[in-house]
Amino acid sequence: MSRTADPARKRYTKRLAVLMTLYLVFLFLAVRTYNVDGGGVDGALAWAIAILPALPVIGVFWAILAMIVETTDEYQRLKLVKQTLIAAGFALSVMTVLGFLANFGLIAPVDGFWSLILFFFGVGIGSCVTAFAERRADRAAGDAV
Amino acid sequence: MKNRLKVLRAERGWSQADLAERLAVSRQSVNAIETGRYDPSLPLAFAIADIFGLTIEEVFLRG
Repeated sequence: MSRTADPARKRYTKRLAVLMTLYLVFLFLAVRTYNVDGGGVDGALAWAIAILPALPVIGVFWAILAMIVETTDEYQRLKLVKQTLIAAGFALSVMTVLGFLANFGLIAPVDGFWSLILFFFGVGIGSCVTAFAERRADRAAGDAV
Repeated sequence: MKNRLKVLRAERGWSQADLAERLAVSRQSVNAIETGRYDPSLPLAFAIADIFGLTIEEVFLRG
């Protein structure tokens, strides 16, 4: 990611902090409700409580999209798009391989939300790939300063 | 796309960071454009040309 203090990046960091806080609160509430009051929750309410922790995570995808849209530096915006595509490609590729391995009985079925963890891991890979490419170009340019 | 950014900067004694500040973009952006790794949009190309007081054709080269 960019080393510049882009306002879009700052907004993303703030949004991420709020969403992750909500995630922890919702997850705590959902787990507590199911563990303690599980017997008394069913029907639509059970579905709503189970889905609750997913909402802030979906919000993170929105925050990433908003950061891309709000980034005014077009080259940095392109880098963010590349990183996001690398992350999505990585997550989908790994999940596809795991899906087939599970289909043929070689591994146990994989929970779908692993794709989320793989996506965020992929964001890290994407950042490393673009940073490495940039550093190499900097060295080639010579007078980067 | 080939360009004369490096020469034009040198003539004015500007670093990539100086040019980046004038364009309100990151230094990495200037480096990417200068080394031909990234072709700027038309508005950014106009902004670059304006800063040097030249036309786009005098900054960016065909071929």
